[in-house]
Amino acid sequence: MKSPQFDYCKPDSLEQVFSLLAQHGDDARILAGGQTLMATLNMRLSEPALLIDITGLKALGGIRVQGDRLYIGALATHTDIENSALVAQHAPLLAQAAPHIAHRAIRNSGTWGGSIAYGDPAAEWPCCLCALDGTVHLQGPGGARQVSATDFFLDLYTTALQPGEIVVGADVPLDSAADWVGFDELARRHGDYAVAGLAVAARFQGTLAQRVNLCFLGIGQIPLRARRTEALLAGKTLDAGTIEIAVASLKAELDPLPDLTHRADTKRHLATVLARRLLQAAHASRSAIPA
Amino acid sequence: MASFHTLHVEVNGQPQKRSVQPRQHLVDFIRNELGLKGSHLGCEHGVCGACTVEVDGRIVRGCLTLAVQTQGCKVRTIEGLSEDGDVRDLQEAFIRNNALQCGFCTPGMVMAAKELLEAKPDASREEVREWMSGNFCRCTGYHAIVDAICETLAERARKGQKVGA
Amino acid sequence: MNTTTLHPTSTSMAANPTQAGPEVEERPKVHPADPGDKPLHPVTEDPRYIGKSVERPSARKLVQGQGTYIDDIELPRMAHVVYWRSPVAHCRIKRIDASAARGMPGVVLVADGHDIAKICKPWVAVLGHLAGMKSAPQYPLALERACWQGEPVVAIVAETREQAEDALQVLHVDIEELEPVVDMETALDAATPLIHPELGDNLCFARDLNVGEVDDAFARADAVVETTFEFGRHTGVTLEPRCQIAEWNSADQKLTVYHSFQAPHMMQDLYARQFDLPESQVRVVCKEVGGSFGIKVHAYPDDFATVALSMMCKRPVKFVADRIESFISDIHARHHRVKARIAASKSGEILAFEMDDLTGIGPYSMFPRTSAIEGNQVVNLVGGPYKHKNYRAQLKVVFQNKTPTCQYRGVGHPIACAVTEGLVDQAARAIGMDPLEFRRKNVIPDDAYPATGASGIKLEVLSHQACLRKIEQMMDYPKLKAEIEALREMGIYRGIGFAALIELTNPSAAFYGVGGARIASQDGCTMRLDPSGAISVSVSVGEQGQGNDGIYRQIAADAVGVDLEKVRLVLSDTDVTPYGGGTWASRGAGVGGEAVLLAGQALRANIVKVAAVILKRDAAELAIRRGQVVDAQTLAPVLDMAELGRVAYFRSDTLPKDFTPELMVTRHYAQRDFPFIFTNGVQASYVEVDPDTGFVKLLKHWAVEDCGRVINPKLVDEQIRGAIVQGIGGALLEECLYDERGLMINASMADYLVPMSGEMPDIDVAHVQTPTRSSQLGAKGAGEAGTAGAPAAVMNAINDALSPFQAQCWSQPLTPEKILRALGKV
Repeated sequence: MKSPQFDYCKPDSLEQVFSLLAQHGDDARILAGGQTLMATLNMRLSEPALLIDITGLKALGGIRVQGDRLYIGALATHTDIENSALVAQHAPLLAQAAPHIAHRAIRNSGTWGGSIAYGDPAAEWPCCLCALDGTVHLQGPGGARQVSATDFFLDLYTTALQPGEIVVGADVPLDSAADWVGFDELARRHGDYAVAGLAVAARFQGTLAQRVNLCFLGIGQIPLRARRTEALLAGKTLDAGTIEIAVASLKAELDPLPDLTHRADTKRHLATVLARRLLQAAHASRSAIPA
Repeated sequence: MASFHTLHVEVNGQPQKRSVQPRQHLVDFIRNELGLKGSHLGCEHGVCGACTVEVDGRIVRGCLTLAVQTQGCKVRTIEGLSEDGDVRDLQEAFIRNNALQCGFCTPGMVMAAKELLEAKPDASREEVREWMSGNFCRCTGYHAIVDAICETLAERARKGQKVGA
Repeated sequence: MNTTTLHPTSTSMAANPTQAGPEVEERPKVHPADPGDKPLHPVTEDPRYIGKSVERPSARKLVQGQGTYIDDIELPRMAHVVYWRSPVAHCRIKRIDASAARGMPGVVLVADGHDIAKICKPWVAVLGHLAGMKSAPQYPLALERACWQGEPVVAIVAETREQAEDALQVLHVDIEELEPVVDMETALDAATPLIHPELGDNLCFARDLNVGEVDDAFARADAVVETTFEFGRHTGVTLEPRCQIAEWNSADQKLTVYHSFQAPHMMQDLYARQFDLPESQVRVVCKEVGGSFGIKVHAYPDDFATVALSMMCKRPVKFVADRIESFISDIHARHHRVKARIAASKSGEILAFEMDDLTGIGPYSMFPRTSAIEGNQVVNLVGGPYKHKNYRAQLKVVFQNKTPTCQYRGVGHPIACAVTEGLVDQAARAIGMDPLEFRRKNVIPDDAYPATGASGIKLEVLSHQACLRKIEQMMDYPKLKAEIEALREMGIYRGIGFAALIELTNPSAAFYGVGGARIASQDGCTMRLDPSGAISVSVSVGEQGQGNDGIYRQIAADAVGVDLEKVRLVLSDTDVTPYGGGTWASRGAGVGGEAVLLAGQALRANIVKVAAVILKRDAAELAIRRGQVVDAQTLAPVLDMAELGRVAYFRSDTLPKDFTPELMVTRHYAQRDFPFIFTNGVQASYVEVDPDTGFVKLLKHWAVEDCGRVINPKLVDEQIRGAIVQGIGGALLEECLYDERGLMINASMADYLVPMSGEMPDIDVAHVQTPTRSSQLGAKGAGEAGTAGAPAAVMNAINDALSPFQAQCWSQPLTPEKILRALGKV
């Protein structure tokens, strides 16, 4: 279908963006990659009066190390992240997840900030950000602030973004030798939104997992950290017995939403399969490292 | 309500200046304003890939890109790509392998494959299948398309060709 | 990517990168009428192109984006139509308030069902030879009631598509929702509302067939397997949506419709009759068609509405179905629940098949080919390859408030083959026999033709045994079986599934004509020698990507004796081409191709006649080779074709008064030896099932196909590959999903899953060639066989992989959830 009428502008400063947002409120939408927004407009599911194109704000781009974090600007595209040597080195979880995002043409346009601001619980970036205990950087007329990823995603497509604010970037901790990360998702077709996906970020001491972050996509209303199961795993060796305890815990902890072709119990089952596989992989990789 | 915007964009090497509605997506602009009908629409929700065109050297979904977003950019469609000859070998491989039947997906396929040839010159057959899985074809079942791309990759590797504009 | 952690591919896959080239095996020694390993005899005197994989004429322009599809056409004063379609499955239309819509910028016209009914008649889609079939009258735009989600009710015509859609937003239609019939299992229950009370019930068509001694066969069987098969409703998803431009010239009183379509003459006839126009005042033109597969061979209500609007506006009106709109307005197909059983002896003989097929269509049978044909074919085709004599079948085709259904590539074959082959595999397992061996024992032998199948179908000549031999060799069956065994020990579960199939092609008038439908089963070709020595060829069958343009060029070039490049085609314009049936039931090569051959032979003879007169020699002494008239004995050139053309066209003064060159000939052909010319084939699928996730990886697919004389091996192979993937779609991915109110809940490309390249296997194709004797060319159809067999092969392979777990799944699409449920994991 053809999108409804709207107006368009491309500010060259953040101040202009905030001023326009204040002026138009809900009638304005931020446009970066537009891969979600444009599909919504083409289906006439939304009728904003104004699109504010922020891709002219160069300050919102870039991927760089800042202290002990890797900072990725909101306008970094999925392809930028996929191709980035810095990401490969410092945030390998993101490098693992990137090829799963849709397809190349979409990755060339879609952005880090756009995915985070939209907060789709089936998307890869919100999930990875939560797994890594990343931080979302926001800016508004009142100034800049940071929100931890796990406090940012509140409900289905609902984030901690206040009216008038935009996501300017997000950072993740730098990967260290003690870290193991793994990402896997089950999709009927490559590039589809996954039926279930899991990002694991673990910190080890030898073969002992000091902490294991488990964040699921496609399971809840938001990227879902399985806190109770994480607590059970903390300080343990991820041997077969521990993994089964984790799986049993997940079965109790996860309360998935069904989708068009999968019931809740199927999703729960698939989530546990992913958990078992990734935890086994984590354990195997650490066992291979000489003490 | 909405005003018209003056768009300056280079399409297939030709500078164009047109008055466009902000809501017009890039493929509608290309097809309706410029009369270039080689880029096609199959879904307008960014899934089928028929609308794939090149903006500043990178493939995009033309149906998810507003014409006004290409202000100052270089856009290339299948017509321009064919004229430039960058992927003449790939297009010959398509013909040789009958990697097209109705031809509706073909411009998008060629565009997507072009970027593969550039970005992954040593792609395996499985990687080719994965890369091309953003473009829907109902006619061929994909086997011949994959053959055509793999043949082109192999031939370029053999010739030690450096790919790119 | 499907990330099930699979093990390295076996050597049988990795070591054999798939070759694109076909393997063609000639008819084996078995058949007495065609002994030895001789290649097929050439059909023309100067054979160069028939049988070769030459390039299609349209490929070069399409790969450069230079094709012309309907939406590419712009006509002066052309307007655009959008349709307000019922948002619910069943409703009364109380009031249409178009006042705001009419006032929107660019709006030319808003019309409702009553406006259109003034100029276009309603129709009833039944066929006389399907006894008892009934359906209610249907109008282009619904009048009092809309009967499915997606039924068009109001038309808005505007200067641009955007403006028409903007106006649609402010159109107000008051509806009163009515109770929808959405469950085919209860459609005939007394408590279920009648969609059309005047019909008496919700039954469109029923059929019973009882052949032989079925009860006796089941009573004495050593093994009886009974299964309920489910097939999900799905649809064609042509990448180019349905579209047309209707152009009414009020001065001329002539209608021209530019249509993305398979059978322009059929629409010419329908437009003439529905609008009370003389047939000769209607012209239908097709350009490049972006995929059709049967979706574009039916007459849609919006087709007629768009024509009416052009008449009302006196402007060309373009309609392009939006993708979301396509999902709910294109015909759907293949929703069946089949309870079936097979009786077999422990020595491996199939004794009987029995089946009960329930299929749910829309609220109207689809015009004009009807929605009962698919179910009727299932009855005709279950058990098809096999020699049993006992068969009982029941069919019920019931109305529902869902999108209407009709013929879609394969038409009933995928259902019949899946039911048959699923039972065959289970029977083999029950008696402990290898599934390939079981099939070998039971297919109609290659030397037993002509034969009649248990359902009464007449089979001219098939080659099941040769095909089974070929596929076993192609796939190295013993090696794969050993591989499966070994991998099972390691907890990796792979399976092989076979599907033997028959496919109806080259139909006679028995398909539609006898039922009263004005659908031609004959086709024609007009061929002309141009003054320059080129050949212009006009055929009544068009091109939708399968390569008809390619094979017609090859046949014409060989038949006349000229170079391929000298042949130019004119297709798909009812003003210009001969009258014919177009593309359906895999008839383009066998029927259209034969007409081309006959015309070419006739033109060749006439050219020789002209040469004889010019050279003052006996025609019997002359022949045509490589575009020149030659001495038949020495093959020495004696007259150039261009020179002959010059004399014939411009120098009639030099020719005898009693001789007129006739360098333009027309010949027609209809297949009249059999109701259909059946083909046969066999497919095999090799899969791996992840028992933890239920995900299936398609490792490889093989197909051996006997479509008679292969005119262009590459084109046929690619048709088979594309058809196989389309079948796989229905087996694994595609389904139109509904809620309890009859609303389709996955009507977008994101939620309706079509096969993409990442999940599809490489497909090896080989041929056996058993020509049909019903024509000189000997070509049978090939377009649908892939779709007929693929779902059966894949479903059987999955069940083979699951067999160590005593788990089975016979419900298509076989989703991960269904497989996990079969495994008891959820």
